[in-house]
Amino acid sequence: MKLFDRLLAIDRRIIFLLVAIAVTLPLFSKTILHIEISPMVKGVYDAVNNLPPGSKVLVTFDYDPASAPELQPMALSFFRHCFSKDLKVIIMGLWPQGPIQANIALEDVFRIPEIKAKNLKYGEDYVNLGYMAGNEVVIQRMGSDIQATFPVDYSGNKTSELPLMKGIKNFDNIDFVYNLSAGYPGTMEWVQFAVDRFHAKLGAGNTAVQAPGMYPYIPRQLVGVLGGMKGGAEYEIIDKHPARAVSYMLSQGVSHAVVVFFIIIGNLAFFATRGKRKTSE
Amino acid sequence: MRREVPLVITGIVGISLIISFFIPHTPFNLLETLFTDWFLIVAAFAIVLGILNLLKISLDKVYKKKKDWFFGLVVVFSFFFIVIPGFGFSGGRGFQNPGTPFFWIYFYIYIPLMSTMFALLAFFVASASYRAFRARNKEATMLLLAAFFVMLGRVPIGYYLSFWLPENYQLAAVADWIMNFPQTAGQRAIMIGIALGIVSTCLRMILGIERAYIGGE
Repeated sequence: MKLFDRLLAIDRRIIFLLVAIAVTLPLFSKTILHIEISPMVKGVYDAVNNLPPGSKVLVTFDYDPASAPELQPMALSFFRHCFSKDLKVIIMGLWPQGPIQANIALEDVFRIPEIKAKNLKYGEDYVNLGYMAGNEVVIQRMGSDIQATFPVDYSGNKTSELPLMKGIKNFDNIDFVYNLSAGYPGTMEWVQFAVDRFHAKLGAGNTAVQAPGMYPYIPRQLVGVLGGMKGGAEYEIIDKHPARAVSYMLSQGVSHAVVVFFIIIGNLAFFATRGKRKTSE
Repeated sequence: MRREVPLVITGIVGISLIISFFIPHTPFNLLETLFTDWFLIVAAFAIVLGILNLLKISLDKVYKKKKDWFFGLVVVFSFFFIVIPGFGFSGGRGFQNPGTPFFWIYFYIYIPLMSTMFALLAFFVASASYRAFRARNKEATMLLLAAFFVMLGRVPIGYYLSFWLPENYQLAAVADWIMNFPQTAGQRAIMIGIALGIVSTCLRMILGIERAYIGGE
């Protein structure tokens, strides 16, 4: 009984330390765990895979560095997939930090030898339109005229003079929209405006907390959703290029197991001392 | 007039935008374009307004030496630490490009700080789970069981703990069932409820019944 009393009163710094060890130590291991591909991730992958070369893909970066550990690996593997299939990528953001996160992902993807060999040109193969304030109203405005919504790109170049943007008026000229989102504005707004109003084809990458909220939209409004780091790992596996997300899964798995262990121990201690608490009452 | 003019504007703009949804032809599509352009301009100014307000509050705190005035000074210093290199030393409109001082500050200071703040959540969630997740009654027990299955089923460790079971009874399959059926059903119900609430509130605002947004009185 004394043991359980001490467990219930354990200093939370010990819990913090154990969680820190559970998260950090597995990062030094190169073990790759078995990862099943879910239909939701396959939906996004197949939608991109079925696009012919030259198709226009709009990638929206609606997150900040706080969510980057989950969403940045997804961005990287999505870019790799798009560029390997010679798709044209148009980047934008409804969050101010989005376009910079996109630049960071582009820098990483351009280091991959097969992508570097393609010698991709800004303005012809990819474009970064930058951030626009206005949340879902930006999406609504893009539905009538994308170039009027973004008259210049994030560097100040006129979008009408960029070769990639020629002929792109609205969502009718975009073959696929991929939204990376960590909150508001995010996937829900893209579904409500781009899909329901303007009939865009949409796939999403969300944080693990947000992803379950998108399940009601699958499969009619969303072709699929990558949920959290596991979603990113599944995409890397299905694309046959395991990278960062796959390597982080051991750490995530061990930390989940540690939290479950804490909950079990906490409940055991609770039930073991319940009789004593009832007697003292 | 102070209350009537905003109500009239709200009514006219709201009704125009609703009509433009169903009749996307001239003049309603032009009205929609005009109003959305105005909204985007106002949204951009709102950012400037927010920044100026933050600076005003922080400087006021420092000047009057209010409680925790030092953190007000940190806010002001951080603001200018990023704004001055961004405006003055980062190549104009390309200030977000890799290689600029602004990008350096973003990559080596802002990203680690934001990531650290968010990472703290993991520790507090673990500690809170240990202290608060108790199977005190039937509902709490069901919640706990769902949490077990989802937490273990959603990571590869779930496969290694249950691969020997028939496929439909493995942790991942149970977690998927929980997320695809009861969770999605609940989410759908909540989303429809919220949507109906939004429609009702917006209708009340357009018709002038709901006036709290005007303020005053």
